[in-house]
Amino acid sequence: MKVTRIIRWPLVVGAAAALCITGCSKKEEAPAPAETPKAVEAPKPPIKLGVAGPHTGDLASYGLPTVKAAELVVQAVNAKGGVLGRQIVLLVEDEECKPEKATNVAQKLVSEKADVVLGHICSGATKAALGIYKDAKVVTMSPSATNPPLTQSGEYPNFYRTIASDDAQAKLAVDFALDKLALKKIAVIHDKGDYGKGFAEFAKLFLEQSGGKGEVVLFEGITPGAVDYSAIVQKIKQAGAEAVIYGGYHPEASKIVTGMKKKAMKAAFIGPDGVKDDTFIKVAKEFAEGVYATGPMDTSKIPLTQEAEAAHKAAYGSDPGAFYLNAYAAALALVNAIEKAGSTDYAALETALRSEWVETPLGKISFDARGDAIGVGFAMYQVQQGAYVEVPAQ
Amino acid sequence: MSYFIELLLGGLTRGSIYALIALGYTMVYGIIELINFAHGEIYMIGAFTGLIAASVLTMMGLEGPAVLVLACVLAVVYAAAYGVTVEKIAYQPLRKAPRLSPLISAIGMSIFLQNYVLLAQTSDFLPFPSLIPEFAFLAPVSHLIGSGEVVIILTTAVAMVALTLLVKYTKVGKAMRATAQDKTMAMLVGINVNRVISATFVIGSSLAALGGVLIASHVGQINFFIGFIAGIKAFTAAVLGGIGSIPGAVLGAMVLGLTESFATGYVSSDYEDVFAFALLVLILIFRPAGLLGRTKAQKV
Amino acid sequence: MRELKQSTLAALWFMFLTFPLMVIRVNTVEETVEWRWGNLIAVGVGAFFLSAVWRAAHARQKRGARVGGDLAERLWESVADPRFRWASLAVAGIIALGFPLVFSAYQVSIMTTALIYVVLGLGLNIVVGLAGLLDLGYVAFYAVGAYSYALLSHHFALGFWTLLPVAMGLAALFGVLLGFPVLRLRGDYLAIVTLGFGEIIRLILENWNEFSFGPSGIANIPRPGFFGIDLTLAQATTYLYYLMIALVLGTIFVVNRLQDSRLGRSWVALREDEIACQAMGIDRAKTKLAAFALGATWAGMVGVIFAAKTTFINPASFTFMESALILSIVVLGGMGSILGVILAALVLILLPEYLREAQEYRMILFGATLVLMMVFRPQGLIANARRRYRAPAKDGA
Repeated sequence: MKVTRIIRWPLVVGAAAALCITGCSKKEEAPAPAETPKAVEAPKPPIKLGVAGPHTGDLASYGLPTVKAAELVVQAVNAKGGVLGRQIVLLVEDEECKPEKATNVAQKLVSEKADVVLGHICSGATKAALGIYKDAKVVTMSPSATNPPLTQSGEYPNFYRTIASDDAQAKLAVDFALDKLALKKIAVIHDKGDYGKGFAEFAKLFLEQSGGKGEVVLFEGITPGAVDYSAIVQKIKQAGAEAVIYGGYHPEASKIVTGMKKKAMKAAFIGPDGVKDDTFIKVAKEFAEGVYATGPMDTSKIPLTQEAEAAHKAAYGSDPGAFYLNAYAAALALVNAIEKAGSTDYAALETALRSEWVETPLGKISFDARGDAIGVGFAMYQVQQGAYVEVPAQ
Repeated sequence: MSYFIELLLGGLTRGSIYALIALGYTMVYGIIELINFAHGEIYMIGAFTGLIAASVLTMMGLEGPAVLVLACVLAVVYAAAYGVTVEKIAYQPLRKAPRLSPLISAIGMSIFLQNYVLLAQTSDFLPFPSLIPEFAFLAPVSHLIGSGEVVIILTTAVAMVALTLLVKYTKVGKAMRATAQDKTMAMLVGINVNRVISATFVIGSSLAALGGVLIASHVGQINFFIGFIAGIKAFTAAVLGGIGSIPGAVLGAMVLGLTESFATGYVSSDYEDVFAFALLVLILIFRPAGLLGRTKAQKV
Repeated sequence: MRELKQSTLAALWFMFLTFPLMVIRVNTVEETVEWRWGNLIAVGVGAFFLSAVWRAAHARQKRGARVGGDLAERLWESVADPRFRWASLAVAGIIALGFPLVFSAYQVSIMTTALIYVVLGLGLNIVVGLAGLLDLGYVAFYAVGAYSYALLSHHFALGFWTLLPVAMGLAALFGVLLGFPVLRLRGDYLAIVTLGFGEIIRLILENWNEFSFGPSGIANIPRPGFFGIDLTLAQATTYLYYLMIALVLGTIFVVNRLQDSRLGRSWVALREDEIACQAMGIDRAKTKLAAFALGATWAGMVGVIFAAKTTFINPASFTFMESALILSIVVLGGMGSILGVILAALVLILLPEYLREAQEYRMILFGATLVLMMVFRPQGLIANARRRYRAPAKDGA
C-alpha cells in the first residue's frame, strides 16, 4: 500500500510535466499564425504594440500614464478600423523600472513577436532592455528615458524617444540662470537617481565650462523619500547660493522648495521637466510661486493635446499623469510610421520614422538619425499665480 | 553658530518623526519579539485615512483645528483596526512557529498593504493639506522652527512620557511587561495574552497613525510608498536605542536624526545614510544591545 | 448557524476596515470625492466567503492535517526514498535539460533568473539556515559579484571565466569584512547591521561615480564566451541557462557536502547554543566568519552571471527588497532544506512572472501568498528533518 502511494507521485509529476509541455508548447504556437498572412479569407492578424514600464512599485506613477495613453490611442485607431486594416493589440508588461526585470520583459515581448515597443520608462531599464530589442530588430520608442547616451552613443539604432535628452535641458537651465537671471553662485542638487543625477552632472559640467560666469557652490545628492530636507536647505543657505538647480522629480523638489521658502530664502529654484508637473504646484501650494522648471514647449493650444487630455478625462475621470503626452505622441508616431511604411518591417519603419512628420500633442515631430525627436523643444516655465507660465526666451 | 543651531533643530525634528514610528516598533518587538515590517504600512494607512477624512470633512464645511483633531481620531481608529487585523491574520497563528516565519509573514503583509493602497487609491503623490495652524508666538523664530516641527516634537515627547507611565503603572502595562517576560507564566497568572498583544498593536498602530497624519501634514504629500523608508529608519532607530525599550526608541531616533542632519550639514548629504548606518554599527560594536537595551545575562 | 454568524461578522468588520480606502477616493488636486459603493459590497461578499474558507483551513490544520502538507511531504518522501531517488532525479534532469528545446527564449530567460535565485537561496541558507545568523543585507554580496565582473571586464577587458573566481573571492572577502564587526551581535541586532551593510554598499555604488559610474550603471557587459564563438541572443540565453544548471548542481553538491562536514556540524551547533558550542571547543569567531564568507561566495558567483545575463547593471537592482526576497526563499523553503530552497526559489521567482496575466494584481497576490504560506506552513515547504540519533533497538528490552 505504502509503495503504491509513494510511486504515484513521481508518476503524477511526470504526467503533469508532460501535460504542461504539450499544453505550453501549444500555447507557444498559437501566436504563430500572425506571421503567415492569409489575407483573403481570415481577418488580418493584429499588430502587436508592446508597452513596458513600471506599473507596480514605487515608480508606478511614472509608468501607468503611458499605458493609459497607449490604450486611448489604440482604442481610437481600432475604432477607425485599425492600421493597414489590421487591429492593434497591446502587450502591457510591468518591469518596476528594474533592469533585470526589463530584460525578461524584453525577452517576453520579443518571443510574443511584438511588432513595436512603446517604452521603457526609466533610462536604466531601457538601457538593459534595448540590447535585446536591437538583436531582435524591434523599434523601441520611449516617452521618458532622457539619458543622453541612449541616442548619442549610436549603439542603439532601434531606439527613438519623444522627449529631449538631459543635456539639452541642463543647458537650458544653466543658460537661463546665468544669462537671463544673471546669477553666479549656483547650488546643484540631485536625487541620486539615474535621471536626476544625470541632469545635475550636465548642469555642473556646463557651469564649469561657462568660463567663470557661473560657479558651483554646492554639488550634492539627497536621499529620495526622506522625511524632510531641512539639513540640505540649511546647507544651501550656508553656501550662499543665489540659485538652486535641482535634478530629480517633484515630490522631493516640493519638500526642498517649501523648506527654502519657510526659511525665507530668496534663491531661485530651477528644476527639470520632472518638476514641471501640476502636482508640484498643488503640493507646494503658495511656496511654488516663482519656481522655474524646464519642460516641453507649451502645447496646450494644440487641438490634439486638448483632445488627448479630454480623452483621458473622459475615460479615467482625472487629469493625465507624468509623460502622458509624450507617450501619446510616441504611440501616434509609431502608428503613423506603420501606416506610412505599409508594414511592420524594421527597415521600412526606420525610414518612415526618420522621414515622415506626424501631428502629435507635442507638435509636428519627426526623428533624426540618432533617434531623438525633432520638433520637441524645451522651454523655461515659471510658476505664476498657481500655474506654469512659459518664460519668453529673451 | 546659527548654522549649528539650525542643523540641531532640523535633526531634532527628523528624530521626533522617526521616534513616533519607532515607538510602535519597539513596543511590538518588546512583547512578541517580532520585527513588524508592516508597521511602516500602518503609518502610511493612517496618513491616507487622515487625508481622506480631512478632505471629506473640509468639503462638508468644517474648518480649522477641528479638522485636524477629527482626522487624527479617525486615522488612529482605523490604523488601530488595521494593526489588530494584521496581527490576527498574519502573526497570531504563528506564535509557536519558527522564529523567522512571522518575519516573512510581516514582509508579505507589508507588500500586500502597499499594493492594496496602490490599487484602492492611486499611485500618484497626493498633496496633503497643512492641517497644523501657524502659531503666532512662533513668528519671531519662524526662520528657525515652524509650528509643524513644534507640534511633532511635542507630540513625541508626550507620547514617550505617556507610554512610559502606561507601561509602568497601569494594569495593561503590567500585563504587557509580564507577557513580554514570559508568555506561559503570564497566562498561568490569568492574563489574557492574546488581548494584551492586541492592546500593544492598538497602541503601536495608533501612534504610527498619529505620526502619519502629523508628518504628512508637515511634509505636504503622501503616496503609498512612504511607509517603507520611514519603517526602515524607525526600525534602525529602535535597534539603536535598544529594541524593546521605550526611552531607548526615542533616544535612538534622536541620535539617528541628529547624525543625519549633521552629516549632511558638515560632510555631504550624498553619504547621509552611510553615516547613519556606520554609526549604528559602531554603537552596536561597543554596546551590542543598543544604547539603553539591557544585555541579558546568559544562562548556561 | 455559528459559521454564518462568524462569516457575517467578518464581512462587516472588513467592510468597516476597507471603507475609507476602498470606497472613498478623494482627489485633493481637483477637490472632488468619488464614492465607490460597489467596492463595499464586493469586499463584504468576498470577506464573507473567504473567512469561511480561512476558518475551515485553520480547523483542518488544528486537527493535525497540515494544509498542503500531503503533497510536499510525499514528494519529499518519494525523493528521499532511495528506490525512487534515481527515477525522480532522472525526471528532473530530463525536464531541466529539455527545457530550452521546448520553451521560448523568454521562458528560458526567466528560468535562468529563477536558477540564479536558487543559488542565492542556497548561499543564504548557509548563513541563515545552518548557522542561524539572520542576514538582511545578503544582496550586498550579489552586488559585489556583479560589479566585480562589470568593472573588471570594463577596465581590464578580462574574460568571464577569469573573473568568475575573482568575483567569488572578492565576495568572500566582503563576507569576512562584514563578519568581523558583527561577531558579538545576535539575533535582530545582527539583522539591522547586515541591513545597514547592504544599504551602505548600494549607496557607495550610487554615489561614487568615478568608481562605479553611479546610478546610470554600466551597460554593454559582455556575455560569457563560448570557445570564442559569437552567439546570437537566443543561443546566449540557452548557453547561460545550461551554465546556470551546471552551477546549481555544483552548488547543491558543495552545500550538501558542507552540511555534513565538521564545519557544517559546528554551524548547526552554533545556531542551537553558542555557549555550549564554545565549551565544546568550537572557535566561535572562525566558524561565524566561515559562514559569512562561504555564504557570500555563492552570491558573488551568481552576481557575475546576473551581470552577464542582463548585460547592464545599476545600483537599483540591489535594494533591500531583493534581500528580503532571498530571505523569503530560504524561510519559505524550510530553513536548512536544500530541496525546499530550490522549490521556493522556483515558486517565488516564477510566480510573479506567470502572474503577469493578473497585471497590477500580481504584487498584491505575491504578498498574500507569502502570508498564507507562512500561516499554513510556518516550517516551510519542506521542513528540514532534524538529524536524529536513533539508538539501535535492543531486543528483549
